[in-house]
Amino acid sequence: MSFIIQFLTELQEVGNLLWRCIKGLKKKPRYFGEIMRQMDLIGVGSLGICVLTGFFTGGVLVLQVYPTLDYYGATSNAGQGVATGLIRELGPVLTALMVAGRVGSAISAELGSMVVSQQIDAMRALGTSPARKLVTPRIIALIITLPLLTIAADMFGLIGGGLLANYLHSLDPNIYISSVRTGTHVEDLLASILKPMVFGLIIGVISCYKGLQTTGGTVGVGISVTKAVVTSSIYVIIADFFLSKVLQSAFSGTMF
Amino acid sequence: MSLFETHQQLISPSATNGSVPVGTPAIEFQDVELAFDDQIVLDKVSFTVPKGVTKIVLGSSGSGKSTIINLILGLVRPDAGRILIAGEDITPFDDMDLMRIRKRIGMVFQEGALFDSLSVYENVAYRLDEQGVDEDEVEHEVMRMLRFVDLEDAVDKMPIELSGGMRRRVGIARALVGNPDIVLFDEPTAGLDPPTARTICELAIKLRDLEDVSSIFVTHEMNNLEYLSSDYAVLDREGNVHFEQEGNNLCMLNTEVMMLREGVIIFSGSEDELKATRDPYIRRFITGK
Repeated sequence: MSFIIQFLTELQEVGNLLWRCIKGLKKKPRYFGEIMRQMDLIGVGSLGICVLTGFFTGGVLVLQVYPTLDYYGATSNAGQGVATGLIRELGPVLTALMVAGRVGSAISAELGSMVVSQQIDAMRALGTSPARKLVTPRIIALIITLPLLTIAADMFGLIGGGLLANYLHSLDPNIYISSVRTGTHVEDLLASILKPMVFGLIIGVISCYKGLQTTGGTVGVGISVTKAVVTSSIYVIIADFFLSKVLQSAFSGTMF
Repeated sequence: MSLFETHQQLISPSATNGSVPVGTPAIEFQDVELAFDDQIVLDKVSFTVPKGVTKIVLGSSGSGKSTIINLILGLVRPDAGRILIAGEDITPFDDMDLMRIRKRIGMVFQEGALFDSLSVYENVAYRLDEQGVDEDEVEHEVMRMLRFVDLEDAVDKMPIELSGGMRRRVGIARALVGNPDIVLFDEPTAGLDPPTARTICELAIKLRDLEDVSSIFVTHEMNNLEYLSSDYAVLDREGNVHFEQEGNNLCMLNTEVMMLREGVIIFSGSEDELKATRDPYIRRFITGK
């Protein structure tokens, strides 16, 4: 019972934090500079790990799928298999998990350190809302950059899959590219942009909330970081399931 | 300017905010209560800080000293009672109203609480930058404040490059930007060597005697009490600041002492009255034995 109460209380507090950010959007100052700085830190800073993750995920998809396709004589559909798995699911989810690990931890550690060193109190005492100054720019930066990182991861995943198919199984690149184009639909591309936007919101709001809730000095910062990464990763996976279902229904016209 | 002349200024109508009636306390607590779960933090605490007066709040760790400061800033809400800033009841205020009140209050934190990612200049300029003040005006004000705390040379340094005392002084400069009517000091000398602690106290004395600022000075160090309640600042003809000691013919009227124990005020009066008290807890706190 206490777990449910704790969950509902946290949900309410996260909702309050998000509402304060949304309310603050129409007020000045708007901290565009901070948004750009966060986009640089989150987007450019995470590009390398997301590209690597995408590349090897594409490769491993070919590695696992190709023998089965070969059994059925359908190796020409390898590109389609990689594109479907990567663009629909693995690209958005794995990119979000990588960003949750790298950026979510950094956000909660930074805000947690600011809490324990009284910098958040100082900010409020100086008449600035931490929600507007610190939380909003990070959430906006995540919502903008996560889809871009996902696109980069998807592209390098397709390249990785194609290279591996050609290197290990001598699959003609033209057949692979043609198969990728056949297997890629507009709905998949839209879903691979919409999903990361939601994931960005989840990672941003949970990481900021956990960071701002830090208590107990430097030990507390460590606990907040762990909670931020674990919680946001779990919610990304849960949200992915429901988003997939909703988008599937919406695109097939069976939603309502 | 003598100390008495300073006092004349403090109570003269010209020295008060036009919208605030003369004699209105800068800070007033009326039966304020606060508890975290079952633990009572403040129990029916009532006191006033008149304009231009420094109230030294003494007490051991966990007695509720810092909570009083957090309540004044609206960082914590009381469970019961009223808190008035310049006659305005801030208890029912929402965040937006509190932001307006906070702009009139300067806060000096225990460890300085400087923003690590900003330089000394940017830290001191923070409040003005947030308000969108013109860059030339910001620079003028920042340099004026850094001169006040004698840290002009550190303007381009990052907080990590500063000593503990320098961090506190930058914190004071940051708190004073925008000429706040009220300054709150939360154990600003904790962990500092005696000369640096003395420098911090001198800054608080200058604010009290020369800048017409009301303040609350939270501490548990008796030498702070000694400095603040016996020394006063005067300007000579060249405009230089001098510190003089309270003598037989001079009585410090602009410094009050309050002591807390487990969320209850157990003493309120002057330093002399505190030293004359026979309460065993207070005697032990003062003498340490």
